[in-house]
Amino acid sequence: MSDLDRFIDTFLNGAVLARYAPDILRGVWVTVELSVLIVIAGTALGTLLACIRAYRIAPVSFLIVVYADVFRALPPLVLILLAYFGLPNVGVSLSSFAVLFAILCLTLGAFAEEIVWAGITATDRGQWEAARPTGLGFTQTLVHVVLPQAVRMVIPPLTNRAIAITKMTALGTVIGVPDILNQATTAQSFSGNASPLTLAAVAYVVLFLPFVILSRWLESRFAWRKI
Amino acid sequence: MSKTIMSPAATSPTAAQAGAAPAVARPTLELIGLRKSFGAIEVLRDVSLRVARSEMVFVLGRSGSGKSTMLRCCNRLEEPDAGEILLEGERITGRGVNLDRVRRRIGMVFQNFNLYPHLDARRNVTLALRKVLGQSREEADARAAEALARVGLADRADSYPAQLSGGQQQRVAIARAIALEPAVMLFDEPTSALDPELVGDVLAVMRELKQDGMTMLVVSHEMAFAREAADRVVFMAEGRIVEEGPPEQIFTSPRHESTRAFLSRYSFGQ
Repeated sequence: MSDLDRFIDTFLNGAVLARYAPDILRGVWVTVELSVLIVIAGTALGTLLACIRAYRIAPVSFLIVVYADVFRALPPLVLILLAYFGLPNVGVSLSSFAVLFAILCLTLGAFAEEIVWAGITATDRGQWEAARPTGLGFTQTLVHVVLPQAVRMVIPPLTNRAIAITKMTALGTVIGVPDILNQATTAQSFSGNASPLTLAAVAYVVLFLPFVILSRWLESRFAWRKI
Repeated sequence: MSKTIMSPAATSPTAAQAGAAPAVARPTLELIGLRKSFGAIEVLRDVSLRVARSEMVFVLGRSGSGKSTMLRCCNRLEEPDAGEILLEGERITGRGVNLDRVRRRIGMVFQNFNLYPHLDARRNVTLALRKVLGQSREEADARAAEALARVGLADRADSYPAQLSGGQQQRVAIARAIALEPAVMLFDEPTSALDPELVGDVLAVMRELKQDGMTMLVVSHEMAFAREAADRVVFMAEGRIVEEGPPEQIFTSPRHESTRAFLSRYSFGQ
């Protein structure tokens, strides 16, 4: 067997690919589902917390900052293992899907809070000064004037972070979430062949490349209209 | 206590005066003994001022004399340390004042326009109409069309701020303020950020507002305009109103030394 044949047999074995493709396709669906939920919930959580922080109620802001810093500092894998294997001991038993969703949502929420907060503080103070004298209240000004500008400003870092977080759904493998990577490693151990992992890599690219392109479109869509 | 400075038109009216001109009996805007410090720096030192209904009062003075701070106190973008502000006889300083309700009766125009960049001209005007006054989209759009027409921008309702010149942006900002039908308009150096050839359009709009009877308090360096259009000119120095009177008198025979020094740096070609 030549080196090339050995390479193809190891990474692109047709029989193995055909045998396990349906499993990996099921994994794709799980990954997509998780990613969409995490991005929506995590971004919403971060935006909400950034807005709450804008009210500058010292103890509340302190708690938000502590949360954001802890979840940005800890590797998500540590939290995933801690939640999945630790919580049942205190009577909270969550499915692996729920644990992965919760931890990644909280992690994205922490980053999103910091990003949106940066956008809020970077919005020109003159916007507040223009809106408040027209009788708009603090919350109205925040929601209708400042937040729309802040979010447009931070679309690029926000989408980057969302992409980074959705790739972390692969961490679900360690607690048995049947995502792409889990299906692929299972198939790899049954078949003794690395081809399912190749298929997983292809699946990730096919899945996330449109997401990356979509983020570029979002960036241009929300850029200021130019003259 | 230093002297309280009043408009000649706004001194306490006799019965005859009150009968002749009831509108001036109660000033639209009245500042009484305003004081404000930023840290150790006293910016306003006992400033009192009355602006009668439909009057255009110009505030002159060097930068740092407290003009803008005084203006910003009027809608409480700055909080005065002491003193009172009355709007149509109603106290708007101190506790227990519904700021949002008071503020929409006081229009404000800024040096940097501060239009909402993510909204077109129409929606810059309608935002407060809809969210504060609770108008329907149709009502608000109609009011915005009217306000934009008054500033000569009826055809630019769909333009975003970035698509407008500075002068046009400032006129949209004026439309945004007048759409709320305020009792008084505050102008904080409305033409200072504009190219010279765009200043005229903004001043023309202000002149029209005055003709329509709008009460205006204007901080500006547009001396020629002040001289031509203002009912009264107030000169501030070091946090005090040191001199006030009709524009002709202030410009031709200023009494106070700092007014003379200030005016001597501007020539009027006459």
